[in-house]
Amino acid sequence: MKLSYTVLEGEYARAGEASSAVKKVLKQLAVPANVIRKIAVAMFEAEINMVIHANGGVIDVDILPDKVFIQLVDTGPGIPDIEKAKQEGFSTASDEARDLGFGAGMGIPNMMKNSDFFNIKSEVGKGTTVEIAVNL
Amino acid sequence: MMTIKQVGEILNAEVLTAPDKTDKLDMEVDSACGADLMSDVLAFSAGHSLLLTGLLNLQAIRTAEMMDMRAVVFVRGKRPTQDIIDLANDRDVILMTTKYNLYAACGMLYINGLH
Repeated sequence: MKLSYTVLEGEYARAGEASSAVKKVLKQLAVPANVIRKIAVAMFEAEINMVIHANGGVIDVDILPDKVFIQLVDTGPGIPDIEKAKQEGFSTASDEARDLGFGAGMGIPNMMKNSDFFNIKSEVGKGTTVEIAVNL
Repeated sequence: MMTIKQVGEILNAEVLTAPDKTDKLDMEVDSACGADLMSDVLAFSAGHSLLLTGLLNLQAIRTAEMMDMRAVVFVRGKRPTQDIIDLANDRDVILMTTKYNLYAACGMLYINGLH
């Protein structure tokens, strides 16, 4: 099953809607609750990042028999130092993001923690692609 | 372990979500976390079923939803706007508000056995 969502720039109030929709579908497919939570948290963190750091983007979700694969592509400013961004506590979030309760520098570490496969590619000035897979 | 109703009684809290969800007040919560930083809730609160927070926005509800939490208690007498209440109703998350601050509210639940 393939699902696709467009995340709009600056839509702070709607950030998380795609993750919520995917969570609902996985529940209907009777995926175990602990696995759904891993997928939901990893995708939610990535979706929030897309809103607060990039200019929105596109999320494609592929639900396969043995895993859920999520690809998030944005055309935002890109990440100059990915290794630094992977460190707990490192954040470049705006005050607006912090007002939302995010920007503690836990986003990428938490995506990594909740996924069985994680890959991030980024080019400054071009954008970032995040790939997350969780085994079912 | 205590019911959401007992949480409300201990915190002298007002339930804000829809009256037709009152049966949900009998659901049990076995642990809780208190935080204003949703990043921390997402990173460190797996398995907790109750969130106490001073963060009054839609993302508090979405965070609770992602973490399978059953209820959110807003502290310091904060009252959410209708869009926050509507989202919580839609996601089956019980909302309450208490006049106690985060430190006091967590402490009161802790000494009553909710860890």
